[in-house]
Amino acid sequence: MTAPAATAEAPPARSLRGAASPALIQFGIVAVALVIAFGVLGAAQFINALTLGAIYALVAIGYTMVYGIIELINFAHGDVFMVGTFVSLSFLTSLGFSGAVTDPVLLVVLLVAVFAFTMIVMGLVGVLIERTAYRPLRNAPRLAPLITAIGVSFILQNIVQIFYGPFQTNSPQIFPTDWFITIGDVQIPVLSIFIVTVAVGMMIGLQLFIGRTRLGRAMRSTALDRDAAALMGVNINRTIAITFFIGSALAGAAGVTYGLQYGVTRFDLGFQAGLKAFTAAVLGGIGNQVGAALGGFIIGFIEVAAVAFGYGRWGPAVVFGVLVIVLVFRPAGLLGQQVGERA
Amino acid sequence: MSAVQDLPAPRGRRAGAFRGRVNEFSGRHRSMSVMIGMAIVAAVLPVLAVVPPFSSFQTQNAWIDGFTNAGVFVLLALGLNLVVGVAGLLDLGYAAFFAIGAYAYAYAASPFGNQILGIDIAGLLGDAAGLIFWPMLIIGALVAATFGILLGAPTLRLRGDYLAIVTLGFGEIVPIVFLNSDELTNGTNGIGGIYRPYLPGIGSFSAVNPWPYYVTMMVLVTVVMIFCYRLAGSRLGRAWEAIREDELAAAANGINTVTTKLLAFALGASTAGIAGVFNAAKLTVVSPDQFGFVVSFTVLAMVVLGGMGNFWGVAVGAFVIYTINNVLLKTLNQFFDTLGIPILKDIDFIGLQFLLYGIALVAMMLLRPEGLFPNSRRKRELHAEVTEPGQDEMTLPEVTEEGGR
Repeated sequence: MTAPAATAEAPPARSLRGAASPALIQFGIVAVALVIAFGVLGAAQFINALTLGAIYALVAIGYTMVYGIIELINFAHGDVFMVGTFVSLSFLTSLGFSGAVTDPVLLVVLLVAVFAFTMIVMGLVGVLIERTAYRPLRNAPRLAPLITAIGVSFILQNIVQIFYGPFQTNSPQIFPTDWFITIGDVQIPVLSIFIVTVAVGMMIGLQLFIGRTRLGRAMRSTALDRDAAALMGVNINRTIAITFFIGSALAGAAGVTYGLQYGVTRFDLGFQAGLKAFTAAVLGGIGNQVGAALGGFIIGFIEVAAVAFGYGRWGPAVVFGVLVIVLVFRPAGLLGQQVGERA
Repeated sequence: MSAVQDLPAPRGRRAGAFRGRVNEFSGRHRSMSVMIGMAIVAAVLPVLAVVPPFSSFQTQNAWIDGFTNAGVFVLLALGLNLVVGVAGLLDLGYAAFFAIGAYAYAYAASPFGNQILGIDIAGLLGDAAGLIFWPMLIIGALVAATFGILLGAPTLRLRGDYLAIVTLGFGEIVPIVFLNSDELTNGTNGIGGIYRPYLPGIGSFSAVNPWPYYVTMMVLVTVVMIFCYRLAGSRLGRAWEAIREDELAAAANGINTVTTKLLAFALGASTAGIAGVFNAAKLTVVSPDQFGFVVSFTVLAMVVLGGMGNFWGVAVGAFVIYTINNVLLKTLNQFFDTLGIPILKDIDFIGLQFLLYGIALVAMMLLRPEGLFPNSRRKRELHAEVTEPGQDEMTLPEVTEEGGR
């Protein structure tokens, strides 16, 4: 209804380029939100929420990048995350680790190895998925890749189910869960600090990559206008493949952290987690990485708050309720730019 | 409708005089031809079930039962096709309306539900309590339509993918609400003991005899299909297409886009409501896990694979996907056992069901992204697109052609 005005004034931009000017304001919003959440939840739950939020945020970034560049809701992404948890646990168990590793040097080496391995494997899986299921359909009707995405999601779930069975599988928590830093009367698990640091570090790294490098510029220009980018000499196929690689690698990293934090995983983990992460991406403004990160943390907070106040079973409903409300009042998401009609 | 005859009919001419005459007849007597077509389908399916190779999968009664269940999905696909295929509104939470229809019937026709509503159908009607099924088909449709409007009213101003996401959220919320409102819905276990339909002369339908359900379903599909054809050819149907092609242009031409889109949602939802009522009456139990995202998605896949906007195509797509997923893949083991092919015999296909389903979806989509039976209009759009890659929604400045679907 407001469309005529919107088409006239809105810049025809999707933002893989969110990096530039409003970053400061965006981080300001994040900071304020965190303070409020801390007040509402109390320290222990706040840390839980932050950890969960970091995991969602990592997954959400993959959704948002893929959507930003080819406007596809990649329903298989949640399952890429799920496969990541299994790749990471297989890597660790095949090396013979099943419990906490207390030797700091060995722990660091192991963590680096498991992150690197899982991220590379998942990145390649993501590229493979793009190559086989999405690229042939790039000029097909909009809904076609959506269907293959969900088909891929079924395939991934079933493959995992064949290898690991339909039940919960234990994932080795190599990072000791009984290490705490005590500040005043609050015990902060070192694992949580580690996860949040890793997640935020990766996000910052990604922002720098997209904002500062040649490949990042190629990604931004492809998102902005694929044909024009191709005319300027950007290799579109390679750029999209790299986008999938990065998004899936981050989902893999999220899988590793999930295993470290919760110690269990299951073949159908990806579905709900994927939906929530996707919600997070939309909440923050799809196509915008900072928004996705913010959305991830918000979803984490909503879920933990629901549990903390005794409405754990309603958690998902609350998450989607918030999503509906945000979209109705602010369709472009919290940090998204108002995008003109895309029909 | 006479406009149809005036249009050149290249397809008919190419395929010969008989085809041309069939086309002419179906153009002039649309409802009649749907009825004839469905009668043929309804008569042929039971025969197919006893002919090899189909007979080696399962017994005829099991096939009939499977066809009936497939019919539920045909109904759903027809309804979703109105929303997605005709009006162009992507709805990823369609199962919610299915759930609402099913629970509506469960409340009207089970001891548990009656207790909550404060009525006593069984006391009133005795053994014929299932009579309530027939009016509930309409009431269930109305209830679902109401929810369709309730959901649509605040969200329909969203565009494209955002609408899809909100409907996805709604589709997730509804089962969660049914799951968690224990006192009202009996939570995970759902509402059981739902009365089977009752028809004077036949009595109560039974679990062992699938035929009454089958016939009922065929009648329902026929009615809904006629309804869809009539709608699509009406002023409202043309308004939907106009909105699908270009909402701004449609609004500029005096179409009230809000009402029109709400009607699409409501009518699509009502079809799902009917399917829900039928499904509840057949299973005699409703529980939240019957209405997950997989259902919404499967129905969407049916619509897309059948050929969006083409009612027969969508119906066939729904039928094929349901049969592949719920009959063929489940019975492949038996099939290969009977054939005795060495390697295939040893594979556990039931465990691989969803894997094969996923592969089938991806493969079908890669081979025919426009669907098995594309709407003729959409097919032209796709051909026009060849010169202009990257544009997935084309706007064609031409007059709506009625005969195409």
